[in-house]
Amino acid sequence: MKKLSARRRHPLAAVVVLLLALAATGGLYAAFAPASKAQADDTAQSLAIDEGKKLYSVGCASCHGTGGQGTTDGPSLVGVGSAAVDFQVGTGRMPAQQPGAQVPKKKVIYTQAEIDQLAAYVASLGAGPIVPTKDQVSPDGADIAKGGELFRTNCAQCHNFTGEGGALTKGKYAPSLEDVDPKHVYEAMQTGPQNMPSFPDTTMPEQQKRDIIAYIKTVNSAESETPGGLKLGGLGPVSEGLFAWIFGLGALIAVAVWVAAHTAKAKKS
Amino acid sequence: MSTATTNTSGAAAPGNRKAPAGERVADWADGRLGIYSLAKANMRKIFPDHWSFMLGEIALYSFIIIILTGVYLTLFFHPSMNEVVYHGSYEPMQGIRMSEAYASTLDISFDVRGGLLVRQIHHWAALIFLAGMFVHMMRVFFTGAFRKPREINWLFGFLLFVLGMFTGFTGYSLPDDLLSGTGVRFTQGAILSMPIVGTYISMFLFGGEFPGGDFVARFYSIHILLLPGIMLGLLVAHLILVFYHKHTQFAGPGRTNKNVVGMPLLPVYMAKAGGFFFLVFGVIAVIAAIASINPIWAIGPYRPDQVSTGAQPDWYMGFAEGLIRVMPGWEINLWGHTLVLGVFIPLMAFGLVLAIIAVYPFVESWVTGDKREHHILDRPRNAPTRTAFGVAWITEYVIVFIGGGNDLWATHFHLSLNAISWFVRIFIFVGPVVAFIVTKRICLGLQRRDKEKVLHGRESGIIKRLPHGEFVEIHEPLGPEQLHTLTAHEQYKPVEIGPTVDENGVERKVPAMQKLRAKLSKGYFGEHNQIEKPTVEEYKEITSGHGHH
Repeated sequence: MKKLSARRRHPLAAVVVLLLALAATGGLYAAFAPASKAQADDTAQSLAIDEGKKLYSVGCASCHGTGGQGTTDGPSLVGVGSAAVDFQVGTGRMPAQQPGAQVPKKKVIYTQAEIDQLAAYVASLGAGPIVPTKDQVSPDGADIAKGGELFRTNCAQCHNFTGEGGALTKGKYAPSLEDVDPKHVYEAMQTGPQNMPSFPDTTMPEQQKRDIIAYIKTVNSAESETPGGLKLGGLGPVSEGLFAWIFGLGALIAVAVWVAAHTAKAKKS
Repeated sequence: MSTATTNTSGAAAPGNRKAPAGERVADWADGRLGIYSLAKANMRKIFPDHWSFMLGEIALYSFIIIILTGVYLTLFFHPSMNEVVYHGSYEPMQGIRMSEAYASTLDISFDVRGGLLVRQIHHWAALIFLAGMFVHMMRVFFTGAFRKPREINWLFGFLLFVLGMFTGFTGYSLPDDLLSGTGVRFTQGAILSMPIVGTYISMFLFGGEFPGGDFVARFYSIHILLLPGIMLGLLVAHLILVFYHKHTQFAGPGRTNKNVVGMPLLPVYMAKAGGFFFLVFGVIAVIAAIASINPIWAIGPYRPDQVSTGAQPDWYMGFAEGLIRVMPGWEINLWGHTLVLGVFIPLMAFGLVLAIIAVYPFVESWVTGDKREHHILDRPRNAPTRTAFGVAWITEYVIVFIGGGNDLWATHFHLSLNAISWFVRIFIFVGPVVAFIVTKRICLGLQRRDKEKVLHGRESGIIKRLPHGEFVEIHEPLGPEQLHTLTAHEQYKPVEIGPTVDENGVERKVPAMQKLRAKLSKGYFGEHNQIEKPTVEEYKEITSGHGHH
């Protein structure tokens, strides 16, 4: 200690302390700082964000604001995550055509690459649900029966027994789930688009989402079977009643007219 | 009958030659059942030919089909609410807990030979049965076939329709699937809305709190035994009365109130009716083979904590559904008790609308005061007020029906659910009035057209140019047959109360009911409510050339 105290008034002492302090903070920072994503400016991710931002300013900014902060015409996109963008733009709902009760599904105008860029940009605004991987949405090995039970408990009250869709108040509706891409079903559950409540992994774990996807695929897709014949829209007694009146009773009345018109030319006895 | 029997046996004895086997069997049966007299009385029974007289047959045959297929279903259905775990052949239900009723319905659909087809025939036939009864009832209504002596038979028919509704409803509830369970819950809600007795009836019916473990077994007895038993009895009575009264017919040359023009029951109508039965069975079977109905496997087992959108009853109960859906959720809370008007008013309206059509024949006979028998049918246009009333009733029914399917109207026509509800709420009152007025005007217009045709003949479509340049269309006079048909109907005169003051200036008291009757009668048969049919004098005057236009 003697040596130290003897040299503490040395003209260079302050410089040495400063250097030590800087080295310590720098070293500590290097040791504890999160492995930064912002470190490299020329990565693919950063390029995607840049491209996404350009697409965003053309297609989205007029309603959602120049920085995704939201305006009176559209909600803020901070924290909605890439899954929300992939769902909304990937199903053609966004960009919206016009304001209304609900933004309908329509023709997709962006390529998947562009959608990914938009998603990257929106995700960069704040953390949120991310686009699921192929394995996450795969119905393979999922429990269809369990999925059906979950579907009837959580989804059927708006989307109907087998996901044919249904009406909500004032022109809003729950869309049909027929042949919807499993990824989009997953993202919808994850993000809760428009009037739909969200089912994050905390309330509905990934496995349950996959069960539901498997159930929808079994009962309401191009490959689902209808053992009874035409499913008449899968809408239940209303379409069945219409069918019974028009084709059932209609055919029988036509037959009755035919029978009555062909009367016996019996001889008078 | 007996003479015929003795004659044949007498003829057979001397030659010691046996009568043909068929004849011997018939003789044997006659000795025990008296079939000869029955056959003699009924074999030559005449039925008139008209397609609309076969609507009731559609209902009758679909009822038979329902009984036949229903018997097959009872062989495999387990009316039990015991909980089981499914391990049948339908994969999306593997390992799901469900009632035995639901599991056995899945088995009928997937593991019983022909089960699904028979189930679908049963259900389609039920929808067509009710639809057939409905149009048959409307045919009877619009042609005035309910008039004396057929008022009781009208009531029998009406009861068959109402019982058919409830038989259908109990059948729809049996599989214990999510849709039917929702329907049963709906019904329980309606029962609970009844003041004072509601809770007691509910507890009695379900053997405790809903859903309990009893209702499937109870509904099963009601569905396969109680209601069909009553219906079968009513049906037989209905048909016996049709035989007893003889069939009605439309007016035409040679047809009077005292005869029936048509073909005999045997052989013509036996063949026709028998053939028609198979045609009905065929059409229903084809529909059942083509189109799925009530796919309970897709609907899932009932659990009171689950519900689906688009939960509607079968069409014949859609009327009740609509009333509930559009009714505002009013309720009155008094002294700790709640009167749920939002459900109770629809429940009452449901009964009222049905009752109105049931009592109509009695109202009409009271207004006309007509005590005679009527076997000649009215053309709907010649009873404008009745026709307008019927159309108003159907309009009411259809408008409420729209309310019952409001969600599907909303999704399929891109409308707001709320707008549809408001449309129904308004047109439930306005619609029938508009329909009444419009129908009456149309009927009167058609009466005028008939009158025009009788007096001036049929428009031939041939245009003639007269020497001075005028163009006229040539009218061809109608033949006597058509003239008869168009003028065969009789027209009532409105009831008069008579002077309310007698010759001494003393006011006479007229009972309120009589005043009402006179008013209604004026509405039916008063000056602007029917077009007086052409008289012979008018016809002669015009056809003699004086009044030619």
